[in-house]
Amino acid sequence: MENGKIIVCRCEDVTLAEIRQLIEEGFTSLDEIKRIARCGMGPCQGKTCSQIIAREIAAATGKSLEEIQIPTNRPPIGGIKLGELVGEENEE
Amino acid sequence: MKNKASVVVIGGGVVGCSIAYNLARLGVKDVVVVEKNFLASGSTGRCGAGVRQQWGTEMNCRLAKESMKIFENMNEILKTKRDIELKQEGYLLLAYSEREMDQFKKNIELQNSLGIPSHLVTPEEAKEIVPYLNTENLIGGAFCPTDGHANPFLVTQAYADAARYLGVEFYLRTEVTGIRQEKGRIVGVETNRGFIATEKVVNTAGGYSQVIGKMVGLDLPVYSERHQILVTEPVEKMQGPMVMSFSYNIYCQQNPHGSFIMGFGDPNEPRDFNIRSSWQFLEEMARKVTWLLPPLKHLRVVRQWAGLYNVTPDRQPILCETPQVPGFYLAIGFSGHGFMIAPMVGILMAEMITGQKLSMDLELDLGRFERGELILEPSVV
Repeated sequence: MENGKIIVCRCEDVTLAEIRQLIEEGFTSLDEIKRIARCGMGPCQGKTCSQIIAREIAAATGKSLEEIQIPTNRPPIGGIKLGELVGEENEE
Repeated sequence: MKNKASVVVIGGGVVGCSIAYNLARLGVKDVVVVEKNFLASGSTGRCGAGVRQQWGTEMNCRLAKESMKIFENMNEILKTKRDIELKQEGYLLLAYSEREMDQFKKNIELQNSLGIPSHLVTPEEAKEIVPYLNTENLIGGAFCPTDGHANPFLVTQAYADAARYLGVEFYLRTEVTGIRQEKGRIVGVETNRGFIATEKVVNTAGGYSQVIGKMVGLDLPVYSERHQILVTEPVEKMQGPMVMSFSYNIYCQQNPHGSFIMGFGDPNEPRDFNIRSSWQFLEEMARKVTWLLPPLKHLRVVRQWAGLYNVTPDRQPILCETPQVPGFYLAIGFSGHGFMIAPMVGILMAEMITGQKLSMDLELDLGRFERGELILEPSVV
């Protein structure tokens, strides 16, 4: 399968080809790739893509997976509706 | 790493990258940017991404207007790899008191005299612009259709790419640990990766500018303060402009990407370097936004974060060479609106550093606080 058709980040539709292109451009941390390509910023907050991208960075840079820093886990972790936060009933 | 540079810029935020690019554009060789983390990792990448021209002082209006012209043409000027995601669908500022309305009238008069196309709106007109706006207690507002949004990461990256193309070197994950002086003049910058000899240093360290100032023995009149933001899941386009209120203390905009970004300033926030997000913010933000823009209650929050405002006594930046330490330049204290004026700040600072005539009159020196010549900006969230 072509790398341009392999989706790495399902929230933001980022492909494996795009990830490899960014690593080649010199973005060799998850934090930098997140900020340029938005992977990790979607509703899943990187739960799927982070590990895959970390492995890609490790493979390209020769670093071990342990050396690759995972971005800060930002609250509220799982999506929560603004209405629920003010105590309104979930209408759906 | 180079051991010698003509200028060392401390801080790889949008201001540092814009200054470095403009120095190189003016022909300065051997410009170096030192960044302790990665590009836009500090205040720039944590900001609300808004770009507005509706300010209350002439200088802020002119800096913002000239910067907007550059944002409008940035993809071509910097030959950016990725579109900077400029969106110009306006800023709608809301007034809840006669006093606030009077301030807007004054501001609009000033803005119009400088060519900024802002105008007053009635509550009914505000509702035409944002149909689901809750207009309870609303007296009126101000609207500038050419204000909007740009992507802070991509703008910073665009400046850095263009600067690199012109020969600027960037040392990321490199921390400045000291600035060496001899006989009152700067001789170099110490980093955790080695020493760089230089006679000119630009402090663009954002929330940490006062820490860099201490390295040359200056007690800079700025403090840092946490401001928090949250972002929702992306949804189909429903809101054109940024909606903002100073008295109700809120701003909220839908990004071109579809997510809503919103924040407010906590008046009781301590002055420190805390950038952790809080549960209290999430609740207060939800309460504010669901009252003002009710349909947003259906949107899920996916992430919240915080960043530092670097605040001056008059909430206008400090752009100058320090008289106490020649060769030490400041582009600091943006008080929450550095991103939107960074294009013009870069040009002016590069002109200042190269000894050229500035393309705009500036009165943002360090001495204004001692002289008591504060130029208070009334329109800050």
